Formats: sequence, C-alpha cells, structure tokens
Amino acid sequence: MAQQTLPQIPIKKGEPAYKLWIFEPEWKGELPLILNPRQLAEQKRAAILPGHRLCAGCAAPIIVKLASFAFRGPTIVVNATGCLEVATTIFPYTSWAVPWIHNAFENAAATASGVESAIKAFKKTGRLPWDHVDVVVFGGDGGTFDIGLQSLSGAAERGHDFLYILYDNEAYMNTGIQRSGGTPKYAWTTTSPVGSVLPGKTQHKKPIADIMVAHRIPYVATATPAHWLDLMKKVRKGIEVNGPAFIHALSSCDRGWRHDTALAIEVSRRAVDTCYFPLWEWTPEKGYMLTDRSLSIARNPKLKQPIERFLEVQGRFKHLLRPENRHLLRDLQEWVDKVWEDLLNRAVNAPR
Amino acid sequence: MTEAVKTPHIPLEKQKLLTVNGDEAVAWAAKQSLVDVVAAYPITPQTIIVEKFSEFVANGEVHTEFVPVESEHSAMSACVGAAAAGARAFTATAANGLALMWEILYIAASLRLPIVLAVANRALSAPINIHCDHSDAMGMRDAGWVQLFVENVQEAYDTTIQAFKIAEDERVLLPVAVNLDGFFLSHTLENIHILPDEAVHEFLGGYRKVPKVKVDYFDEEVPLMLNPARPLSFGPLDLYDYYFEHKMHQVEAMKRVPEVVREVNEKWYELTGRKYGDGVLVPYEVEDADVIVTVLGSTGGTVRHIVKKLRREGKKVGMVRIRMFRPFPHKELAEILKNAKVVGVMDRAISFGSYGPSFLEINTALYDYKEKPLLVNYVYGLGGRDAPPELLEKMFHELLSDAEKGFVEKKLRFLGVRE
Repeated sequence: MAQQTLPQIPIKKGEPAYKLWIFEPEWKGELPLILNPRQLAEQKRAAILPGHRLCAGCAAPIIVKLASFAFRGPTIVVNATGCLEVATTIFPYTSWAVPWIHNAFENAAATASGVESAIKAFKKTGRLPWDHVDVVVFGGDGGTFDIGLQSLSGAAERGHDFLYILYDNEAYMNTGIQRSGGTPKYAWTTTSPVGSVLPGKTQHKKPIADIMVAHRIPYVATATPAHWLDLMKKVRKGIEVNGPAFIHALSSCDRGWRHDTALAIEVSRRAVDTCYFPLWEWTPEKGYMLTDRSLSIARNPKLKQPIERFLEVQGRFKHLLRPENRHLLRDLQEWVDKVWEDLLNRAVNAPR
Repeated sequence: MTEAVKTPHIPLEKQKLLTVNGDEAVAWAAKQSLVDVVAAYPITPQTIIVEKFSEFVANGEVHTEFVPVESEHSAMSACVGAAAAGARAFTATAANGLALMWEILYIAASLRLPIVLAVANRALSAPINIHCDHSDAMGMRDAGWVQLFVENVQEAYDTTIQAFKIAEDERVLLPVAVNLDGFFLSHTLENIHILPDEAVHEFLGGYRKVPKVKVDYFDEEVPLMLNPARPLSFGPLDLYDYYFEHKMHQVEAMKRVPEVVREVNEKWYELTGRKYGDGVLVPYEVEDADVIVTVLGSTGGTVRHIVKKLRREGKKVGMVRIRMFRPFPHKELAEILKNAKVVGVMDRAISFGSYGPSFLEINTALYDYKEKPLLVNYVYGLGGRDAPPELLEKMFHELLSDAEKGFVEKKLRFLGVRE
C-alpha cells in the first residue's frame, strides 16, 4: 500500500511547524513510522504544539511528542486529569493538534471506551469517513496506578481497541508532589516526607505494567523518552494491535524528583542502566521480551549500574546517600535486583 | 394524564400494543431511538432496562455498541466519550449508582452533551433499600441536567424518545434524565402503545446530528465533536477568566428548555395522540380549587383519583403533577397555585435539616406574590413506603381543614410514617 502523509507534510520552508492535523474525510492510508532522525525532523509534525505550560525540563511532552510521531492516521486523544491536561489546554488555548478530550481524573479509560464504541457504531452504519480512527489515552501515575485503575482494568477486560500511555512521574506532581502508588520506596514527597522517624515513602511501587500483563491484553510495554526509538516502535505496535494496549513510560519530573532541568533524559537513561526501570514488551503470543538497553544489560551484565547512579542526581533520594541510611540503600538495591532477576527469568530473549 | 386527539399522524390502531413494565418500555424507546452507544451497569430497579437492551443487541436488532462497564461512574464517563465523539448515547441507573455518577453528571452537562439517562428512582443507602423514593434524583438537581418525571409506563416510553429530541435541540444541548419510580413503574406491567420504528426515526430526524459551531481557528463552522477532520479540544482547564461565562451559557440554555419541552410535547401529541399537560406541568381541576396538591412521578395517579373522588363529594380540590423538575417552572406553577387557599407539596425526598426539594422551589415561586396560598410540605414514601389512597385522602382532609382555619400549624408533615 502506498504510504501517505498528512496533507501539509512535508513542511514547506517558512511555514509554521505548528498546524492542526487535518484528515479530510477522503484521507486513506497510513502515516509512515519514520525512525531516521533527519527524515523525522523534515517529515513529521507532533500532535502536541509549542506554547504549552508544562515546566522546563518536564519529560511528559517529550513522551507525547515521540508517541505522536508514531501515530498512524486519524487519532483521538483522551487525557486524564493531570499535569499534561492542565498545562496543555488552558482555555482559550490548546496545544493539541488532534481531537482531544479530558473528562475527569479516574475515568480516562472509560471515556476512551465510549469514544471507541462511538467509532465502532459509526463504522457499522457507514458514518465513519476513514478506515480507522485510533484512540490514544495519556494518563499520569495518579490517574493510572491509583484512582483510575478500576476504569483501566474494566476497559482492558472489555477489550476496547485503544492504546493507554501512562506517563509515570512517580507522584501527584500536579497537586504538588504527593506520594502515589507509583512512588518508589524511600522517595521523599510532600505526603511521605523524610522525618526523624520515617525515611520517605515506606512502600514499594505498584507493578502496574505487570498488572496489565495479567489482563492478557494484546500488548504491554515499558518505555522512557531517553530510549526514543524504542518508545516510538512500541507506540506504533500498541496502536496497531487489535484491542487494548498499555505502555508504561517513565516520565521524570524535575520539580518533584528534585533534579536539574537539563537532566530529564539523563535520569531516564540511568533508570534503565540501573535496572530500576527495565525496558520490555509483552504479548500473549511471545511473553516478556527485553528491549533496547535492557536487552544489552541482560546480555552483558557488567553494564548494570548500581542504584546510586539513579538516585544520586535526585534530591528526593538524597537522604539515602547519608552514611546512616546505608541499610535503606541496600534494601532498595536488593529489591531492584530481585525484580530484575524475576524479569530475566521470565523474558524469553534473556540469555540463559 | 393523557388526552386524546382526534387525528394523530399515527392512529392508535397503527401503534403496536405492548404489555411491558416501565424498564422494558424505556428499553424499547431506546431501541427505536437509534442509539449508537449504551454504557450501563446493573442496579435494581433499573437492571431490566439494560437486560432488555442487551437482548436487542444479542439478536442484532440494533446497531448499538453496548458497553457493559464496570461501574456507573464509568457508564457516564463512557457516555461522555461517546457523545463527544458525536454518538447518541444512553444509560440508565438508580440510587447509589446515580450517586456514583455524580461527578460525571456535571461534566456531561457542562460539556453540553445530549446524553439521555433513565433513572429508576430508588432510595439511597444507608440503610440499603431497593425501593422507590426521589432522593437519588434530587442529588443531581444542581448538576445542569433537564429532569423529567413520568407518571406511568406509557409516559416512560413516550418521554424517553422525547428526551433525545429535547437534549439534541440546538437551543438546549443539555443531557436529559427521565425519572420513573422504581418498582411502581419500573417493575409494573402496563399495556402501552408504541410507534413503528420508522415513525420514531423520523421524529428524531434519524441518527444524531452534531451541531456546528464557530471557533477561532477555522474559517467555516465545524461540527462540535471529536473529529479528525476538524480537531477540537474538549474539557480544557478553564479558570477565573472564562469559567463563569461558560456557566452562564448553561444558565441560558436552561432558560430555553421549557419552550422546547412544550414544543416536543405538542409534536408528540400530533404524532401519537398523547400529551402530558403542556409537557412541563400537568394540572387537574385547579381552576377554582381551594386546595391544590403538587406531586412528582407515579403518585400523581393516586392523587388524581382522590381529587376525582373529593370533587364528586363537592370538595374544591385540585392537583398539579410537576413533570419537569429541572429547569423548575416557577412562574407557570405559581400562576396555577396563587389563587388556592392551601397548597400541599408532596415530596418523596427530604433535605435533612430543611424541607423537601420541591417545597423549597414552590416557596421561591410564590414569594413575590402579595396574595398567596398557605404552604404545607408532605414528605412521604421514603424507601418505597406505600402511599395508598386512604392516606392521600387524609392529607386532603387535613389541607381542607387548614384552608378553613386559615393558618398552618405544622409546615413539615410526614405522611405514612409510624409516630
């Protein structure tokens, strides 16, 4: 099939790069997945436009931008309440080049169920002018691990055809850094402060991606904006599968993680290098498969870095580097090692 | 009360006679209304609606996508997504289910999505109770929905179809709740007349048509929906600089609702030969009445029966059934009530620490009149407690004696409760 692009792509010289994505009803085909940086720069427009109010150094818009480079055609975005939602749509402005809806905090997946069902009903009655309209959800960790888990689980069980991208900044950053089910153990947040008795959050992070694997939906993956090719490929797979897909993307927050604004990509890279956040994908057919840097680490364990490498650049963990807290650091390292080991045992492409 | 017309477009013999309960009647109405998406969760006494509808889906009788969600919260959320995508969306619930939807009820109304919701009215927990009262509906009265209350199963069918017409009218663009009393209507068999499918399709103008709006970015008017051809953002952050104006749009839309409800009631009358008062209020024997009782829902039938009986005995009594609770027809109702000596306001719900919800509205409606009736609030039927004719007759006698005395000792009275 001849691949087609958006009508206004490639961008002509002197033309603004921030245009809405217009798919006229006669539009047919698929947008190509471009992995070459030069072609990407010349031929792709992001679905998130400049001018949004996300903080300097925030990883969320990078994730959205990369994900949108992998969209295959007409796409409707659903957004849970959170940083991304409030900072991209302050009325009367919007940063979204594609149709976008925010309903509430805990119901992004249910809202997507409705959008997807409407598309199906239109298709059934000949009222959908395109071959397919994809539905992509962006939700933060609060809206996914915690308040939105029921809605997500329900939508996954019902088998709606949508891709849910969790941008996990590991706390309620929008309301000011409160702990969530996605906050790692020993992290400082404003509701798990480091005190004379408590060393930050006292519970581990919920294994959200494994919870989604347990639903046996067609596609589950983890990703970071530092491993951008990996992320784009996974988004495209998630869109292409027939049924629910879930991508857990680590999304650093310099305000909440207390790191320099220039470190969003670096800290994401270290999360993978230390095996704190391994990169993998899962399908019901193949099971767990390590990808990108995590596959390299599995093949060459010397590449695995100690957890300090991830923690040392972040103020939220600075108490762990104090000599009297060495046992906490050891505890965290043991947890990371155990989870990594479990994953190695499960991953079909890990060396035995 | 239904009034007969001489020549409806679809005469009665062309309408199909169906013996169904209220829930099934609503399901039939939804089936004929070309609904694109039904998202619903089971809860007594609403469940039959979605059971019946699921049968239509299972037998391929509808094109509808049925979304068996995992909660009422998700039911309303999915309806919001579907309606924003341009679909005609329907759901049904009751009591705690409606309470769980509460957050999204406001969002549905504020996004101006013409969703139709059937509420099989049921008491709220605790203690848990599955039977009828209106506390569930009263919890959503400020959410920005049009609220209609029906008296019988025929009206439940008629009103559900009308609700789509009202909701989707460009003057309105608000969600509509159709309230039918749990068990008294939801589970009670009645013979009703239903229209041929095509007549309903024609009445509604076919599939849902999405209104067009002017937005800054586009030169031409664009459909108000999630549309990849003309992308719009729905549900943005809206702060002190615009939020208030958007709320004013809802205020203005609500003002336009009564005329649309009346028009739809008239059109339905021409089509079917059935109408319900003027669509907003259903008065009976009010012209010279000293005592008027106002009521919502199925109790209206019993009250009318007592009015008839007392009229035969020469008592000057009347009644008004309030069919539309939101927007509340303050002026129209006050004009009917103003010349009575006493008005008894029946409420199947109470605002603890205050009065029944419609009592507060009627006080507001009458406040500006120099000459106005005495008002008594009867709270009755909580948790499905029966309101039999004898009890209502006793209420009328109390009110008649109040009228004679010219003053009211006890403003808030509880009907049918053990002392």
